[in-house]
Amino acid sequence: MTAPDMAQSAEIDRTNGLLLRVAREHDRQAFVELFHHFAPRLKSFLLKGGADAGMAEEIVQDVMVTVWRRAGSFDPALSAAGTWIFTIARNRRIDRLRQERRPEIDPDDPALVPAPVNAADEGMMIEEQSVRLHRAIRELPAEQAELLKMAYFQDKAHSAIAQESNLPLGTVKSRLRLALARLRKALDPADLGGGA
Amino acid sequence: MEPLDHFQAAAMAPSHHPTEDLLLAYAAGGLDEAMSLVVATHLALCPHCRAEVTRLEAVGGALIDDLAPAALGAGTLDAVLARLDEPNIDPIPLPVVRRRPAGPAPVLPEPLRSYIGGDIDRIGWSRTIPGLEEADIVCGDRRRSRVRMMRIRGGMGMPRHTHHGNELTLVLAGGFADETGHFLRGDLAVTDPSIDHRPVADDDGDCICLAVTDAPLRLTGRFLRLLNPFLRL
Repeated sequence: MTAPDMAQSAEIDRTNGLLLRVAREHDRQAFVELFHHFAPRLKSFLLKGGADAGMAEEIVQDVMVTVWRRAGSFDPALSAAGTWIFTIARNRRIDRLRQERRPEIDPDDPALVPAPVNAADEGMMIEEQSVRLHRAIRELPAEQAELLKMAYFQDKAHSAIAQESNLPLGTVKSRLRLALARLRKALDPADLGGGA
Repeated sequence: MEPLDHFQAAAMAPSHHPTEDLLLAYAAGGLDEAMSLVVATHLALCPHCRAEVTRLEAVGGALIDDLAPAALGAGTLDAVLARLDEPNIDPIPLPVVRRRPAGPAPVLPEPLRSYIGGDIDRIGWSRTIPGLEEADIVCGDRRRSRVRMMRIRGGMGMPRHTHHGNELTLVLAGGFADETGHFLRGDLAVTDPSIDHRPVADDDGDCICLAVTDAPLRLTGRFLRLLNPFLRL
C-alpha cells in the first residue's frame, strides 16, 4: 500500500470504530470525534448542493442527530461509516431542498427477490473496497472527476449538469460511464494488482 | 426467508435493467421522486442492481471523505449535543409507512406497495381504451411527470406511439414484447423520443406495469393522430 492508501485505511478504521462505539456504548466522546470529522465535510457537501449556509447548518445538525439515534443500524460488514452517513445526508437533502420523498426498498419485504447465496463471495472487505475507491477517484482524469462530483454533490439531473457545464448530454453521460468503469475495475476482486 | 440457490435466483432475476446513469442518479440522489419510485421498485426485484447501487453509494461516501471541510457555526456542536437527549423524535421521517401483509408474498414490492396503499387488489382501475386500464399514482411533481399503473389484457396490442420525453415501464406481472425486446416481471423498458413502438401483452394473462412518463405520449398510427388531443395515454 502507498502512503495515501495507508492514511485512508487508518481513517476508515478510525471512523468505523467511532461509529460502532456510538452504536454499542452511546459513547459521547466518540460521537464528538465523529462530528469533528464528518460535520464540516457534510456542510461542504450541502453548500455544493445549493443549500444556503443556514439551511446547510440545519441539515448538518439533523443528520448528526440521526447518526446518534440510528447508529444501531450501522453494519460495518455492509458499508463504511462515511457511506452510511452519506446516505442519511443525501436523503435529508432530498427531503429539505426538494421536499420530495425518497422511495427505497424495504430489506425485510417478503416480495423482495433475495441475492443468490454465493453473492458474498464476489465481494471484498468493505475497508479494502474503500481504500481502492479512494485511490481510483484520485486517479480519475480531471474531466471525469469533475462531472462525477457534480453528479453526487449537486441535486440535479444529468441534463441540468450538461447545461451548466456547457457540454452535450451525451458527453456528460459517456464521461460518467468512463469514470464508473474505472471505479468498477478498481473494485474487481480479480484485479489484485492494486493499481499504480 | 429460505436463501435461493444460484440457479433459482438467476431464473427470477430480471434481464432488462435501468441504464447505468439512472442507477447513478438514484444512488447520488439527483433523480426525481417519480423516476426513483420505478428504479427502487426494480431494485426490490433485482439483486444485481441492488449490489450496483450499494457500490455507487460507496462512491458517494468516498467523495464526501475527500471534500475540504467547511467552517461550522460556533454553536453547532453544542446545538447537536443538546438534542441528543431529547425524546426520540426522529428528525428524518421514514420514507413511507410500511404495511406488512400476512400470508403469501405480495405481487407488488416496496416501495410501490406503500404508494398504492396495498397490493394489486387495492388498485382502482379505470378503462382508458379497450383492453387497457390505468390508475394514477400520486408521486412527485405532477407537472413534470405522470406515474401510473397499467393493466393490459393478455394478447392485446397497444396503439403505436412515440414519446415527447422518456418513459420507464416496469413489468410487475405477465409480460409484453415490442420492437426492443421481451419484458417480464422485474424488467424495465426505457423508451425515449427516438423509439416508435407497439407493445403487445403476452397472451398468458394480464400484463401489469408501473409506468412513468416525463411528457405526454404521441400516437403515431394514421387515424390515432387525430385522437391525440383527446387521448391521454
